[in-house]
Amino acid sequence: MNFWQNPIQAIGDWLTRLLLGLGIPDGITTFLVMVVGVVALAMGSMLFVIFLIWYERKLLGRIQDRLGPNRVGPWGIFQPFADMAKIFIKEYITPVGADKVAYNLAPALAVGSVLMVMPVVPFTAQILGVDLNVGVLYIVGVGALGELAIILAGYSSNNKYAMLGAFRVVAQLISYEVPLVLSLLIPVLLANSMGMNDIVKAQPVWFLLIVPLAALIFFIASTAEVGRAPFDLVEAESEIVAGFNIEYGGLKFGMFYVAEFLHAFTAALVFVTLFMGGWQGPGVEQFPLLGGFYLLAKTFLVHFVLVLFRGSLPRFRIDQMMDLNWKLLTPVALVLLIAVAITDKLLQNSGPWPLGLGLLAVNLLVGLGTLALLRVQARRKRVERKIVAPVDKHPIQNEALL
Amino acid sequence: MTSLQVVFLLAAALTLASALMVVTTRRMLHAALWLIVSLFGVAAIFAILQAGFFAVIQVVVYIGAIAILIINAIMLTRRVMEDRGPQTNPIWWVAAITSALVGAGLLGLVLRWGAWSNPIPEFPEAAQTPLNLGKALVSPQGFVLPFEVASVLLLAALIGAIFIAGNYIALDRK
Repeated sequence: MNFWQNPIQAIGDWLTRLLLGLGIPDGITTFLVMVVGVVALAMGSMLFVIFLIWYERKLLGRIQDRLGPNRVGPWGIFQPFADMAKIFIKEYITPVGADKVAYNLAPALAVGSVLMVMPVVPFTAQILGVDLNVGVLYIVGVGALGELAIILAGYSSNNKYAMLGAFRVVAQLISYEVPLVLSLLIPVLLANSMGMNDIVKAQPVWFLLIVPLAALIFFIASTAEVGRAPFDLVEAESEIVAGFNIEYGGLKFGMFYVAEFLHAFTAALVFVTLFMGGWQGPGVEQFPLLGGFYLLAKTFLVHFVLVLFRGSLPRFRIDQMMDLNWKLLTPVALVLLIAVAITDKLLQNSGPWPLGLGLLAVNLLVGLGTLALLRVQARRKRVERKIVAPVDKHPIQNEALL
Repeated sequence: MTSLQVVFLLAAALTLASALMVVTTRRMLHAALWLIVSLFGVAAIFAILQAGFFAVIQVVVYIGAIAILIINAIMLTRRVMEDRGPQTNPIWWVAAITSALVGAGLLGLVLRWGAWSNPIPEFPEAAQTPLNLGKALVSPQGFVLPFEVASVLLLAALIGAIFIAGNYIALDRK
């Protein structure tokens, strides 16, 4: 096999031959090679986070007209290493009355749940951990573990702010899982498969261009799942101090920190895989490794948007967040799913162009219909509350009359 | 013993031990957490039986939704969090008799089965797709009736929950 077609496979084969040559039995060799692969993937992701933290801080700095980290090394690139050293040598404090097992389990579970997304993401056509035939569902299931980690952290810290933060985040995550899964079903429907690699293979044309509304709903919902601004109610400093991780310090806090940064990146990775064609790009047939480059480039693009959100949008109030989910995203996602399913079935045999254009038309129709309905609704509300301001009066005075 | 058997025994032991902890631990929240461990064991057993779809669904539905709802219910119920009272109530003997009967019945069924040494039948690759499951759930020859009945039950529960939480009586008075 040509090394550059699939280097990971080649290295794995080499390692297998080496171990077999040492006289280790077949079953144990397979197991050991798998363990090496898992450790390499997990370590690679964790080391990548070091870069990611620096990148995001630098970017946020530029957005807010600062320089960001700039003291340690050129462009402050060694800042995360300094932070890491600091976090490693800090004292471990367990609060009084904490539920010890749960308290210590939570940070590991938080990082683990994010790392567990990695194996099912196809980095190129051949390089992927496992080609699960239920890969998409697996990602949703792994997300549930992240919720669990936050509940554990909030409950076991024996702190009311931590508990409040945990309640908020659980309400948020459970709610946003509904539109997330509903919009996730649309690429599954179009690709006729729940496997991540099959979904990528079904996208010579990005699903983003065919079903933009589904992509938008998925993007908003996954931003909420990550708990990024504007959905960062979990750690509203002004209301609940710091949320679920308030009692954590040192490396345990560092774990939550790492989980948060990595989660934003994996959310972008999943979005790119499902809606932006994953490793697809010009020339991937000849040079499969190019696919990894395309995937990374697209992921950084989406991640950049996430960071822009974080740097520029104010935080939602909790009722606004719930309204957005239950009164807008969920109904629209439901209607869209039904409309896409019917259109897909009707235009199934009419070739790719009518199908793609038909789906696009349905998406635009549902999107514009939603906007029109929202406008009517908002106008009616303004009339009801008599704050359609007459020219000479301030709207607040009118509200006081009611 | 094959490695598959070892994995199965570990998963089964984990499931049973944590199920025992669910009913014997004194703190409600610990019971919920042990329940999660137990459900994980069941998911692992599904995975051993090559039913990847069910393993994932087990995690999504039972751990991601039901267990988390149970935890929320416990957290929102006053005083249950630090419950240190007796673990049984006056009609414990009814529960004991019922569970003894059910347990004996299940044990009798399993003992009559008698196919202990059969190897796991190989699943054909085509039978593993969720597509077949979906078709079976909505085909009249398959399970469409139980499926729809379950949906109606869930709908009733949903409406009931909305009615209780919605506080319509107070709204009517306004």
